[in-house]
Amino acid sequence: MKLPVKMTINGQTTSHEVEPRLLLVHYIRENVGLTGTHVGCDTSQCGACTILMNGQAVKACNLFAVQADGASIQTIEGLAKNGELHPIQQGFWEKHGLQCGFCTPGMIMAACQLLERYPTPTEEQIRHQLEGNLCRCTGYHNIVKAIQWAAETMAAKK
Amino acid sequence: MATVAEDRLFGKSIKRREDPRFITGRGQYVDDVKLPGMTYAAFVRSPHPHAVIKGIDASAARQVPGVIAVYTGEDVKVGGLPCGWMLPDIKVPPRPALASGKVRYVGEPVAIVVAESVYAAKDGAEAVRVDYQPLKATVNPKSAHDKGAPKLFDDIPDNQCFYWTIGDKAATEAAFKSAATVVRQPLVNQRLIPNAMEPRACVASFSPAMGDLTLWVTSQNPHVHRLLMAAFILGIPETKMRVIAPDVGGGFGSKIFVYNEEVVACWASKTLGRPVKWTAERRESFMNDAHGRDHVTEAEMAFDRDGKITGLRVKTHAALGAYLSTFAPLIPSFLYGPLLSGVYKIPVIFCEVWGMLTTTAPVDAYRGAGRPEATYLVERLMDRAADQLGVDPTELRRRNFIPKFTDGTPYQTPVAFAYDSGDYEPALRRALQMAGYDALRKEQELGRKQGRLIGIGVTTYIEACGPAPSAVAGSLGAGAGLWESGQVRVHPTGAVSVYTGSHSHGQGHETTFAQLVADELGIPMEQIDIVHGDTAQIPFGMGTYGSRSACVGGSAIFRSLEKVKEKGRKIAAHLLEAGEQDLVFEKGAWSVKGAPGKSKAWGEVALMAYLAHNIPQGMEPGLEATSFYDPTNFTFPFGAHVAVVEIDPDTGHVKILRYVAVDDVGRVINPMIVDGMVHGGIAQGVGQALWEHGIYGEDGQLVTGSMMDYALPKADQLPMYETDRTVTPSPVNPLGVKGAGETGTIASTPTIVNAVIDALSGQGVTHLDMPLTAEKVWKAAAASRK
Ligand code: FES
Ligand code: FES
Repeated sequence: MKLPVKMTINGQTTSHEVEPRLLLVHYIRENVGLTGTHVGCDTSQCGACTILMNGQAVKACNLFAVQADGASIQTIEGLAKNGELHPIQQGFWEKHGLQCGFCTPGMIMAACQLLERYPTPTEEQIRHQLEGNLCRCTGYHNIVKAIQWAAETMAAKK
Repeated sequence: MATVAEDRLFGKSIKRREDPRFITGRGQYVDDVKLPGMTYAAFVRSPHPHAVIKGIDASAARQVPGVIAVYTGEDVKVGGLPCGWMLPDIKVPPRPALASGKVRYVGEPVAIVVAESVYAAKDGAEAVRVDYQPLKATVNPKSAHDKGAPKLFDDIPDNQCFYWTIGDKAATEAAFKSAATVVRQPLVNQRLIPNAMEPRACVASFSPAMGDLTLWVTSQNPHVHRLLMAAFILGIPETKMRVIAPDVGGGFGSKIFVYNEEVVACWASKTLGRPVKWTAERRESFMNDAHGRDHVTEAEMAFDRDGKITGLRVKTHAALGAYLSTFAPLIPSFLYGPLLSGVYKIPVIFCEVWGMLTTTAPVDAYRGAGRPEATYLVERLMDRAADQLGVDPTELRRRNFIPKFTDGTPYQTPVAFAYDSGDYEPALRRALQMAGYDALRKEQELGRKQGRLIGIGVTTYIEACGPAPSAVAGSLGAGAGLWESGQVRVHPTGAVSVYTGSHSHGQGHETTFAQLVADELGIPMEQIDIVHGDTAQIPFGMGTYGSRSACVGGSAIFRSLEKVKEKGRKIAAHLLEAGEQDLVFEKGAWSVKGAPGKSKAWGEVALMAYLAHNIPQGMEPGLEATSFYDPTNFTFPFGAHVAVVEIDPDTGHVKILRYVAVDDVGRVINPMIVDGMVHGGIAQGVGQALWEHGIYGEDGQLVTGSMMDYALPKADQLPMYETDRTVTPSPVNPLGVKGAGETGTIASTPTIVNAVIDALSGQGVTHLDMPLTAEKVWKAAAASRK
């Protein structure tokens, strides 16, 4: 049995017939071909698959594609606008917030929501909000710095 | 045409050139590879730690929609997985690509299902019926040695794969006889599961038309993969196999090795004539990636009346798992025993290691690999001794430091290693100063009176990077050389492509290596391309592990840079009609000494090398060089770490209040990148100290088989790290670098444990085995209250 799904991903409409059990993260990676969203676990711990669904950060491995029917989705590929990096992306670059880069798309998408909730976050708030995103390379130090950099830059732009 | 670079880049924190692709979601990892006609594999794995396979029924699986084929160990006709390091009298059990006859750990692959989609492959794997006759498990390296322990292989008595020693037994025994004080401590260095964030994956694509095989694989060393697979397992010429390790999401050792899955995927692709992809689920990574550590040890240190160490005696049972992973025997032998001298003058050492087979996943190199085990042992003993002798732990360390040696004369330890250069006291001094050690001790004292459990932990460590030279490695059992290749290809415009045998899976080589090239040739980084991870492009290479990329890989590139410059100088001299000795190379151009107007830019010389219209007579056109750099010795970074922790007496929770790291990794190419590696290393070491533990139950089941059960460090559990460096260049390589990939992990584990035990010292606690979970710490503190 296959069901139709239709959603907007990074402003583009996509529609496919999919198995009801297909995970949203696999839909995004395999059917739509956006491989920036990663899969790092099978128990919804790692956050490598984090995307924004209707503006909320969600783990795309935790949803079936059919549950996202009609949703508006943003992935890492849709974050830079007109070739200009989002301040969070820039922050990760400036502050060396990544090494192997595998956790990075999920971290950045989680940070989008984080900074919406706490535009001027404390270190503690940043660390607490990232509790659902694992990084094995950086020890988190520079990820915190990257998000602080982004917060400051976004505040200055306002 | 190449233009001129501004300044020297060596030592500058240049932002990483690889980052734009990662932060925009355009990295290309193995699971992102998609080929026409691609099929997907799933593996049927053993649910038993030890069992006889009585039969496999795949008929139902073959009926599952989308399933193309199911193969078992009977079908897959390839050689076994080889072990690349031999020790004297070692018994090497055969390791089939798919289990045949027997399974020996939970998760061992038994069959492969290939299908049109991942989901169909997994459905198929569920439908394969395997009839097992369960046998008893043996999971602990010490009890696996017991008479009567279940045997993994009929022809390997007592599950003992090897017995290995280093040092002088008689002299060590004599030292203990005449010791004023002996400190004894049994220690468990628990099993860890690496968990790089990217699960292992492969895509095997055999071209029936051309007869060649391309394998994309999550590898830290694609050439080693190709050599082992082509020559030993698949039996095809290396010329017919290409291995690509594209962007790789972390390795930490676990992606050095050749695993069952990629071997079987290659065979299946050849058999089916279609590409086969396999990507591990995390639970598969837990079960089948090589694990780390897992030592059970008894250690004793002897001291004279002045608190000087007079001897060290160590007995270790090291788990190797059910089969020997690619470099398994090396880790608890030559990467362990020779590190036992630490940064201390220890006249005699004797270390015995029993390499034990257990019904668990294979154990091999994991970040630090042998060196963290040795350092943990030495540094725990130093703290136990300080306690027993009633001296401050920093004072005891100072008393025993090897005195400064920086003149190129190595320091010979009693356990084979000759350290390259070292100056240990300044690193400790700096770390204590940053931490404010004396004030901390006062604060601790004050806190104790108020019932607070504050602890201060100190570690002074040594690390050995860039295993070398090849001839010595060979004499010690290595099945591979330990040099590295670096090829520099100058294009007619003067732009440069560098082909390195090192592999970056987070280390930032595209940036650091380009910094070297920019400096040497005086051209901007934009005109330099660093190519790695593809056997079709790179001459040969040994890959990245053991913190060897800068010291060995970087030096190989450096040698090639010297060679192309040498040829460039000849062409420049010819064009300028000057003697070579009269030329100076500055800011990307040769000019004649004393006649600054007369100069030839790098790009002009490169162009002429290819036009060849006017080059010295007899010179070949073109401008490129390849070097195979084989260092004369390891390099030995060192440093001092300090941690301050506080224990919540009600819960046993350990909070890290401060973490100070002063490392000496020799000269530093990119401080930002080195700091980042130190941070990540510290986090991994803290993980071992406090949370991580790969647990097999007595029944042989992997209890910590997912991220829900295996506690990886999270952002809200870790502090900001305070880092600094001292700089003692290595005399071993032309760059003076020592290596920085593993120092953090090696140092932070004992630092944190020392701090926690220090916090509990008022309660009479002298040691706890890791991980120091809240429960364990609470119980220890509670016991003393009774
Ligand atoms: S893949 Fe979604 S949380 Fe790990
Ligand atoms: S950068 Fe490698 S896991 Fe975060």
